Amino acid sequence: MTAPREMSALALRDAIAAGQVSAAEATRAYLDAIERQDGAIRAYTQVFADRAMERAAQIDAARAAGKPLGPLGGVPVSIKDNMCTAWGKTTCASKILENFHAPYTATAVQKLEAAGAVILGKTNMDEFAMGSSTENSALQKTANPWDLARVPGGSSGGAAAGVSARLCAAALGSDTGGSIRQPAALCGCVGLKPTYGRVSRYGLVAFASSLDQIGPLARNVPDAALMLSAIAGHDGHDSTSADTPVADYAATVERPVEGLRVGLVKEFISDQLNGEIRAAVEKAAKCLTDAGATLVEISLPHSRIDVGADGTLSSYAVACYYIVATAEASSNLARYDGAHYGHRTPKTVGDIIELYSQSRAEGFGDEVKRRIMLGTYALSSGYYDAHYLKALKVRRLIAEDFRAAFGQVDVLLGPTSPEVAFRAGAKTADPLTMYLSDIYTISVNLAGIPAISLPVGLNSTGLPLAVQLLAGIFEEEKLLRAARMVERGLGSQELVPPAGREEK
Amino acid sequence: MTTTTADKITPIIGMEIHVELDTATKMFCRCRNRFGDPPNTNVCPVCLGLPGALPVMNRQAVEFSMKAGLALGCTVSAFSKWDRKSYYYPDLPKNYQISQYDLPLNVGGAIEVPLADGQVKRVGIIRAHLEEDAGKNLHDDPTSTKVDLNRAGTPLLEIVSQPDMHSAEEAGAYGRAMQRLVRWLSVSQANMQMGHMRFEPNINLHIEREGALYKTPIVEVKNLNSFRSLERCVEFEIQRQYAQWRQDPNYTLEKLGKENRGFDDVTGKTVFQREKEEAHDYRYFPDPDLMPVVVDEAWSGRIAAQIGELPLPRRARYMQQYALSFKEADALTQDAPSGNLLDEAVAAGATAKRVTNLLLGRIAATANERGCCLAEVGITAGQLAELAKMMDAGTVSASAADRVLVEMIEKGGEPLTTAKALNLLAVTDTAQLEAWVDQAITANPEIVAQIRAGDKKADKARGFLMGQIMKLSAGKAPPAQAKAMLERKLIG
Repeated sequence: MTAPREMSALALRDAIAAGQVSAAEATRAYLDAIERQDGAIRAYTQVFADRAMERAAQIDAARAAGKPLGPLGGVPVSIKDNMCTAWGKTTCASKILENFHAPYTATAVQKLEAAGAVILGKTNMDEFAMGSSTENSALQKTANPWDLARVPGGSSGGAAAGVSARLCAAALGSDTGGSIRQPAALCGCVGLKPTYGRVSRYGLVAFASSLDQIGPLARNVPDAALMLSAIAGHDGHDSTSADTPVADYAATVERPVEGLRVGLVKEFISDQLNGEIRAAVEKAAKCLTDAGATLVEISLPHSRIDVGADGTLSSYAVACYYIVATAEASSNLARYDGAHYGHRTPKTVGDIIELYSQSRAEGFGDEVKRRIMLGTYALSSGYYDAHYLKALKVRRLIAEDFRAAFGQVDVLLGPTSPEVAFRAGAKTADPLTMYLSDIYTISVNLAGIPAISLPVGLNSTGLPLAVQLLAGIFEEEKLLRAARMVERGLGSQELVPPAGREEK
Repeated sequence: MTTTTADKITPIIGMEIHVELDTATKMFCRCRNRFGDPPNTNVCPVCLGLPGALPVMNRQAVEFSMKAGLALGCTVSAFSKWDRKSYYYPDLPKNYQISQYDLPLNVGGAIEVPLADGQVKRVGIIRAHLEEDAGKNLHDDPTSTKVDLNRAGTPLLEIVSQPDMHSAEEAGAYGRAMQRLVRWLSVSQANMQMGHMRFEPNINLHIEREGALYKTPIVEVKNLNSFRSLERCVEFEIQRQYAQWRQDPNYTLEKLGKENRGFDDVTGKTVFQREKEEAHDYRYFPDPDLMPVVVDEAWSGRIAAQIGELPLPRRARYMQQYALSFKEADALTQDAPSGNLLDEAVAAGATAKRVTNLLLGRIAATANERGCCLAEVGITAGQLAELAKMMDAGTVSASAADRVLVEMIEKGGEPLTTAKALNLLAVTDTAQLEAWVDQAITANPEIVAQIRAGDKKADKARGFLMGQIMKLSAGKAPPAQAKAMLERKLIG
């Protein structure tokens, strides 16, 4: 029979429920793989081996007692290191929280465990989820399993690398401007950013509160659907979580959408788009038309991407995002001051202000500091109207474009990332170039809509290519079904990097 | 020195009052909202500002604020929102305070402020918004500061007045009127010692000299937590500003704008406080963790219906309907439940005067000893009515009624059974009554002579004899009957 790590989350769940494999065996297989391979990939910041084995034993005992195991019964998963857990540490890959032990567990993580999942450990990320390559982690660098010299994308780089290298069956990441979808694209797995409010943010360490959303990374679309069903829903601890019914996404995902209308975003499929990625979008479009969908060209004028005389790209969405997100971040990160918890400077300080500034100077990395400064500036008196307020207006226009588009089509199709996985260090010197990694993903967060990135094959150098599908608010069910249509059209070939293949 | 007799000085005083609301739980989490517990025991991830924690609005706090706002004649905004106010301080765990900046819950309004001379002054209300309180820094150890976050997240109503007050007395009266109102509405205990109310007056002077108008800088004094501090502070500022302006012609609003001063309770003086430049930029922006507060007419209507009669209209009614004095009516309208006792006892058939005497006599004395309001002494309106009716019927004398009341306050019980148990019921046996009357007459021949002589001490003498009869009967002689019998015997 198939080894546990070869199975999708869904298949593994069924195998455990049927007694073909135990949760302990599955968990052990993943822990062993982490032991063997994660030294090179470094997807995990922490592994909870003992706790995971205990949880697996509980699942096996429940099965022996004839109890239901839950929709993720015994499936080993990982969570991003910005979700609070009452066990282990919650570091956000930052020096300032390097030794922070949360006294409570995030709602999404609680739900995941309640659904029977076994949490293997926490995955690496850009510090406070700020970045697109996971190189901003203060703890470690994560490698792309397809080419260890390349980045896994970010900020959920550890999650994507872990799923891709088969160091977990599925993962939870968080997406503020593309942080689930872009690393999923660069690592060749599926990444879903749900509608804002679909999943509780309680216990997710905030970066930009109006944009942050937890979502799954998985090997295929049905697994992503399964994960989403487990974590979605209203939470009394999060006022922004929606009281909208949660569908059984896994139950409907195999049903193609009849008469699917697909919009091709004109602004995203320009001449500037990398040829291989453009071809990937066309390939996905063909899968959909083959399955009976119709294609329409759609314009999102406020998401347009301009090319300067020197060839540099710019977009309203990126500009708007870097004001809204940094403004919120500057406020959200004010609490890390060394006075209450987290890193406190060991130096002797003269007063409380010095304690604050010295602790923050030592505890935050450059990118975090940069964004705190940008956000503080955007909210400062005299600049608020020109920056923050203006950005809110642009945000509204971007959202309005999407609302209008979804009056005409069911889903939108475009690229996830402007390029395939890039070499480590290639963009670290130039933050603005790094910011452009999210040029196709960012407007989705500004509009609050759901979007999914899915792999469509490899490029000429053997790196994963991906496309992104977008849907209207709370249209996850339709989005997942449409994504599954693409996946099936591609022949459901799963992309397994060299680092993820079982040694025979 | 300049002569000053020609200067006409008008103090201009506005005030911000912070009122801690008496909700069961805190503003944005489910921690107990309670004063006096051991430090850092009523805390959770939300009010500790831990990573990942999110605020959830306390509906009761919003309703209490609406209630106060409606009682102040404010308009409850159909749409208000939450904003973050950023500043760094150890008692503020998130380093921002959740408040309401440009769209507060309540706007516009006024309060009627009773002054000592019986006049009523109207003070305008600009806004009353809701925010969370900070914790407390404890400086009891010279080498370190400890932070108690029990108070962090307590709902705080900030009421901002128009600059309508013109003296320390008016400022104090405004504070007291606000305290009476929030207590009346049961939205705050408004206990000054517990810091439930804090005052921040803004004071400056308009000085008219030789046809020209001069304005002194507006001085804001933070965190005054007693009426006495408030009044002393305002009085001091009025004198200080005038003196400073006379010394320095540049001490004007135009030249100096606003300044912050702190009040020292020991010296009774205010001291200039330099504010750090960055402290002025609070970088307000809408809190993305909270939904706006949307209030429809049905909701505000339900809250308005809970308000009922307010203290000043009720006071006027007591004077008119029950013929109470200003002092009596005022004493019975300090809080709603105490006045309710009077209204309910009257509705049960007692006379208002009798009930008022009981309330403002023994019951008020007990309330004063216990530091509680009249209603909290524990005597019900039904008991009050019964006791008052027993007095009217002569079943108990006034002195017996007082002893009954003392017993009831201490041990509980109903008036009639208590009076019986204490053997205080008036004696209806004529022979016994006659014996007491005779005994009083026989024992006091000079007094009797005075009455019979009809001299000017006769009234006093009659009272003395009645007192003797009550004494002999241990309060059980029915006063009206005893008096009639005494008169008959004196004439005969």
